[in-house]
Amino acid sequence: MSTDDRTEVAPHAGDRAVPVPHAGDRAPSREEQVLDRIERARRRKAKVREELITLAHGAGGKATRTLVEDVFLDAFRNPLLEPLADGAVAGELAFTTDSYVVTPLFFPGGDIGDLAVNGTVNDLAMCGARPAYLSAGFILEEGFPLTDLRRITASMAAAARAAGVAVVTGDTKVVQKGKADGCYITTAGVGTVDPSLRLSASAARPGDAVLVSGPVGDHGVTVMLARGGFEIEADLTSDTAPLHGLTARLLETCPGARVRCLRDATRGGVATVLNEIAEASGVAVVLTEDQVPVRPAVRGCCELLGIDPLYSACEGRMIAVVDRDAADAALSALRSHPLGTGAAVIGRVAADPPGLVLLRTAFGGTRIVDVLVGDPLPRIC
Amino acid sequence: MRFVDEYRDAGTARALAAEVAALCEPGRRYKFMEVCGGHTHTIYKHGLEDHLPEAVTLVHGPGCPVCVIPMGRVDDAIHIAGQPDVIMTSFGDMTRVPGGRGSFQDAAARGADIRVVYSPLDALKIARDNPDRRVVFMAIGFETTAPSTAMTLLRAEAEGVANFSVFCNHVTIIPAIKAILESPDLRLDGFIGPGHVSTVIGCRPYGFIAEQYGKPLVVAGFEPLDVLQAVHACLRQLAEGRAEVENQYSRVVPWDGNPKALAVIGQTMELRPHFEWRGLGFISHSALRLRERYAAFDAERIFDVPGGRVADPKACQCGEVLKGVLKPWECKVFGTACTPETPIGTCMVSSEGACAAYYNFGRFSRERVREATRR
Repeated sequence: MSTDDRTEVAPHAGDRAVPVPHAGDRAPSREEQVLDRIERARRRKAKVREELITLAHGAGGKATRTLVEDVFLDAFRNPLLEPLADGAVAGELAFTTDSYVVTPLFFPGGDIGDLAVNGTVNDLAMCGARPAYLSAGFILEEGFPLTDLRRITASMAAAARAAGVAVVTGDTKVVQKGKADGCYITTAGVGTVDPSLRLSASAARPGDAVLVSGPVGDHGVTVMLARGGFEIEADLTSDTAPLHGLTARLLETCPGARVRCLRDATRGGVATVLNEIAEASGVAVVLTEDQVPVRPAVRGCCELLGIDPLYSACEGRMIAVVDRDAADAALSALRSHPLGTGAAVIGRVAADPPGLVLLRTAFGGTRIVDVLVGDPLPRIC
Repeated sequence: MRFVDEYRDAGTARALAAEVAALCEPGRRYKFMEVCGGHTHTIYKHGLEDHLPEAVTLVHGPGCPVCVIPMGRVDDAIHIAGQPDVIMTSFGDMTRVPGGRGSFQDAAARGADIRVVYSPLDALKIARDNPDRRVVFMAIGFETTAPSTAMTLLRAEAEGVANFSVFCNHVTIIPAIKAILESPDLRLDGFIGPGHVSTVIGCRPYGFIAEQYGKPLVVAGFEPLDVLQAVHACLRQLAEGRAEVENQYSRVVPWDGNPKALAVIGQTMELRPHFEWRGLGFISHSALRLRERYAAFDAERIFDVPGGRVADPKACQCGEVLKGVLKPWECKVFGTACTPETPIGTCMVSSEGACAAYYNFGRFSRERVREATRR
């Protein structure tokens, strides 16, 4: 394919004509022209090119985003779905759903059961909602041990109790051996939300502060190690936890529109969530590497495995974008809650370049923190 | 983190950067090639170029083991993976490398059993655990990973694991550097030598670069200060009119390499007469195959491998990028037809590839990024 084939693709609604500032008034260099052309190409509507689903489509990065926009959004398009947020908010009602497939089913600090409750509770919490009711659907593989199922439901029940929600409806299907991997769970949740709240990934403004509620990457690295094969031992547990108490405290402390956006940093980690915010708000997010909290054990494992903690999943951490003037109050509010003691301001929002996440490295340089195509793959050399 | 943070200190970097700038002759421009993809990764990950003066440019070389695998070999591997009872295993970075008819990831979607391993020993374990399956390890990499493949072969032989075989694609670094040096349009002032490869082969094999081509080569470690020190050392050699092989990474790299590792490679593998490199074409004596003695473990002999050649796409200018003649953004298809999602050429395939690294981390002019990150 030649480059020219692509310039004919029709621009879509999100194709903003962004004037590109160049130093001084000189004409843009050839390199800058090429880079501008690429940025325009990147803003065009993505198309799924593959004929079959690959694992990359489920990894939470670019391939997932393309699949969701080109297939699901295209089929179901409506105003509530269009923001592609953690959940949909209609009046005082917040509604969300999530499916859970994790290997192994049991890992240090949790299992698929509490993940399935906390994950959906958190999706509601990120809408600013108070979670009320959950549904639970199980797909079980023939031959799955009942002791494991009881263990999973017990931890779901405990997580639901701790979060103050009830599992009020459900469904069970059993498939032939080999047609599933033990146990898959889908939960949906509803909650109530203050309709005056305007939390949105598109609400970030230049000057805003970016906060994270605690050390990043714990869950992703814990599960990776629990899969075995690395012979690395680390004292790490998943951070799975319900965050609605934390979000409630933050929203009480910083009322009005001072909290712009809340997102839990699950699949794809902090880097992916921040890219979504930068893209949706048409702003840049500038992070400072040495302000991002990462546990030494997580950092060490990531160094050994050649992955970046910014892309490692969390199950009990959120990103909050708040008005610069409310940053101190927001930080104290988060730190006053048991699930936010490790909170930190990790960056700020800037006007340019729109749609980008930049990192000031501890080494004194800068780099772009892009969305991954698929899973983070360990480098061999 | 001890033993890591010391090599990432911003204050030390600034002081060293000032010395680097002072070594540059006014009006002269310098191009150094970092041969190894690991260095490319370090340079972008830490934003090292922000510490370099305008006059110094780093050119990303051919040392990304995934990127140099030609499409035909990927097709051969997928062909083997499609044979009855086969479990194909390889390193994670092979997953998305496109052949003529898709990647491992696509083959897996079509039903092939392809598994990611972190060591060839994991592949051997899969073979032991699945005696009724034929387990193939797709071996890739330079002299860095070849010893672990060799050790695994020795173990498979000792334990008599008959259902294990190796599809050998190991390449050697020196012929690739030589091919780049022979290029008529090349303009390089020196090399940052590959640290990991050198732990095996040592520093001596680079001697010809200094002696015959008059270019400095500094073997470097993988932390950002290592690379900055190597740039400094190259510049100092040029300023003093020297061209030598230096070892910045002496905390890991012995001057004579690792004789035991070299011995096991020699015991199990031999040089191929020639091997095709993606972007660079055929280079003689640049790759390894299993010795006759290990024929029973050689996937190329066990399976009927088509051995087809797939020409590099015409629009692709990877060869020029690999030789440092073009910068990634100067390629005709960079960032439009060729992106990390839909790579055409070798340099876009792995995150270590010069183009992928530039696309991910360097896509915006340094000036614009610096402006945005200024407090």
